[in-house]
Amino acid sequence: MFIVNLAIIIPFLAAVLIPLLNKRFSGIHIGWFVLLVPAALFIALIRYIPSIADGETYSHTINWIPSYGINFTTYLDGLSMIFALLITGIGSLVILYSIYYLSPKESLSHFYVYLLLFMGAMLGVVFSDNLMVLYVFWELTSISSFLLIAFWYHRKRSRQGAQKSLLITVTGGFSMFIGFIFLYVMTDTLSIREVVSTISSYTDHSLFLPAMLLILLGAFTKSAQFPFHIWLPDAMEAPTPVSAYLHSATMVKAGIYLVARFTPVFGGDQVWFWLVSGVGLLTLFWGSFNAVRQIDLKALLAYSTISQLGMIMSMFGIGSAALHFGYSTESVVYTQATFAALFHLVNHSTFKGALFMVVGIVDHEVGTRDIRRLGGLMALMPATFTIALIGSFSMAGLPPFNGFLSKEMFFTAALNISQLDIFSLSTWGVLFPVIAWTGSVFTFVYCMIIVFKPFLGSYHEEKLERPPHGAPTGMLIAPGILAMLVVGIFFFPNLVGNYLIRPAMSSVFPVLASAAELGQPISAWHGFIPELWMTIGVVVAGVFLYIFHRYWKVVYKLFPEKWTFNELYTFSLTQLEGRSTTITNGYMTGFLRDYMVYIFLFFIAAVGGMLFFTDAFSFDTSGNASISKYEWIISFVMMAAAIAILFAKSRLTAILLNGVLGFSIAAFFVVFRAPDLALTQLVVESVTTVLFLVCYYFLPEWKKEDAPRKTKNNNLIISVSVGAVFVLVGLAVQNGKLFETISGYFENAYELAGGRNIVNAILGDFRAFDTMLEVVVLLIAGIGVYTLIKLKARKEDETFED
Amino acid sequence: METLIIILSGVLVSVATYLILSRSLIRVILGTAILSHAAHLLIMTMGGLKDGSVPLLGEEASSYTDALPQALILTSIVISFAVTALFLVLAYRTYTEVGTDNLHALRGFKDE
Repeated sequence: MFIVNLAIIIPFLAAVLIPLLNKRFSGIHIGWFVLLVPAALFIALIRYIPSIADGETYSHTINWIPSYGINFTTYLDGLSMIFALLITGIGSLVILYSIYYLSPKESLSHFYVYLLLFMGAMLGVVFSDNLMVLYVFWELTSISSFLLIAFWYHRKRSRQGAQKSLLITVTGGFSMFIGFIFLYVMTDTLSIREVVSTISSYTDHSLFLPAMLLILLGAFTKSAQFPFHIWLPDAMEAPTPVSAYLHSATMVKAGIYLVARFTPVFGGDQVWFWLVSGVGLLTLFWGSFNAVRQIDLKALLAYSTISQLGMIMSMFGIGSAALHFGYSTESVVYTQATFAALFHLVNHSTFKGALFMVVGIVDHEVGTRDIRRLGGLMALMPATFTIALIGSFSMAGLPPFNGFLSKEMFFTAALNISQLDIFSLSTWGVLFPVIAWTGSVFTFVYCMIIVFKPFLGSYHEEKLERPPHGAPTGMLIAPGILAMLVVGIFFFPNLVGNYLIRPAMSSVFPVLASAAELGQPISAWHGFIPELWMTIGVVVAGVFLYIFHRYWKVVYKLFPEKWTFNELYTFSLTQLEGRSTTITNGYMTGFLRDYMVYIFLFFIAAVGGMLFFTDAFSFDTSGNASISKYEWIISFVMMAAAIAILFAKSRLTAILLNGVLGFSIAAFFVVFRAPDLALTQLVVESVTTVLFLVCYYFLPEWKKEDAPRKTKNNNLIISVSVGAVFVLVGLAVQNGKLFETISGYFENAYELAGGRNIVNAILGDFRAFDTMLEVVVLLIAGIGVYTLIKLKARKEDETFED
Repeated sequence: METLIIILSGVLVSVATYLILSRSLIRVILGTAILSHAAHLLIMTMGGLKDGSVPLLGEEASSYTDALPQALILTSIVISFAVTALFLVLAYRTYTEVGTDNLHALRGFKDE
């Protein structure tokens, strides 16, 4: 079905158009145009709900890189439907809210371009069937989230929060990418559906566990699970619509989506079960525990998001236990945890979106989010208070709001799993209901803080930055709709259950779907069962803890400030920077000698080591030509001259000794029957010596080396070793001729080139290209010399002084 | 003969390396010049020494010495001359502008 591919592309196209429209219609708030995109997509998707509920799925492929199996394949099933509806639905509401929230003075076109990029990327994540394409969209969500968090880029904290979230989510995204590649290596396909259908024959593969762990790392970092949750509170520096959209309803659920999508792949495994449910429970507890201590409303909501995401994650983990049993009917009980997870996913998006918008309204109208400065706003903002009340009570799990239903189901799942007798649950299973209950108590406490601290109590006008007034109606529409949904889902839960969640269940449990009835009717009243008593316990304990909040707050002082994960993150970043600076400064000294030492040492180690380890050295003098006494004399004169340069007292001596070397080589060329070389060498050496002598007058005095003795000794050792390696390689090569020389061919110089001088024929005819470029080198050097001497740009200011 | 020349060029390489490692710019340039001498000698040696006549076809000899290394060295001599000349002028300009040829003092800045 092409329309799904189109749904991903449309937001990107709109993102391109927005800046143009913004210029064209500067009178109208650009958000209204943007609003059309998610609203239209939402309506288009809703039309498919009935057929999806009937078990139909749609997929469509647009070829991208077919030779690598990377194609833009979309797949619309129950699971992606839920997420897509959340993305477009909450997206529409957030855009509506942002129209009233952001003033036209902000750079709106940037905001909406980033938001549309994010929306398209997020739709791409949930619709993609191809692992590589999924990864592409996954990273796009990270990048657009980075841009949105740093929307007010002139603030330091925004930039820090954006950097932190990018570092953490991209690290996870990258590990997920490696996990995807492992999956591809195992199953030889990039399609998620094909991976799901063939994975059962690869569960013993050595890459199965690494792939699972890497993909989970990606999911945990994106969904802010313990201990990667630290980026989410810092991401609250973003504008509130962004926090509401990305950091509560959609992006942080990408990790949840990944876990749900890969449950059929890894779900039957014990490691998956313990990691997903264990990390989820830990996150649930840690998030709710830390939310209570926050004084900033947005930070509080961030920690509550972390906690709720942990709850959803743990339910997916518990639900995966059902896959361990395969087809048996008893496993259906455990799939209800997944049902609850999907249900709570929807519920959380509704009430958390509303709560963020409420906080945004408070911030917008009052100028602060600090709960110590807020109070008594109920009379001033009755509508806002109502929405906050609905959202918070739903989050706390109270009737008659949808959070009550999902919390009851969560308790059921936790109680059921504690009685299961696999994965050594008989020993540790009892922890599930205990942690779940404790986390819920803290959740209740912070929910009460959200409602009562800002809205009830005494009103302090002097603590506020500006006189507060009621929220504009436009800002209340979006949270109002969400609040109505919160109540509506409580009264008609089976509508959501039957049309959205049941089809998604068959995506998570494709094998079980045919064998068992996965859905269940949701009812608010079960009778006096343990779950109800647990909820009552939560309320009683929560009220108690809330009232005596100030007395037990000292608990938080027990943990020193420096033992938090934030500190660990900052510490490791600064350490990483500091250490790498130290290491780089340690060897990049800026002195030519040091770099030359590295090069020479590498030469000695690599070439000398190779000679030593491969036994390549051979020594044989039998093929050598004879040596006459003149050649002995020239050789020793050259050696003596070369060594004497090192001890030369004046630069004139050094230059002359260098001349001796050059002219001796010319003599050698005569001996070696190379007349052209001898001629050239004589001329060049004369000119070089003249050049040295010309520079003589201008060059600095030839001073004795002022380097310390130790450096000199090291230099001596290095240079002797380099020479020795050079000699050994030369001798080894000299004695290891592999084939005859090709020079016999050049003896046809007269027939082929019409010249009797073979060397000249090679230079001018056979290999004239070398000669041409050599002339170019000479030309460039000449130009270089000329410009170096003539052009003196820096002299300008000196002449100015004259 | 070949062994002797290889050992000779080995000595030249050692001297050149020592000069390149020194702190004076003029010594470094001298070192590169000597290193090119060593390279030329090595190329020559690899082609075989003294076996055959001068590579001129008019000589009516039974065999000629290898002409290809000679052509290569000829190219190399010219290039190393060009580079040496440029280095020398660069050193001259550096000295007139900066006032020192000590590579230790030529380092951009000290941040220790």
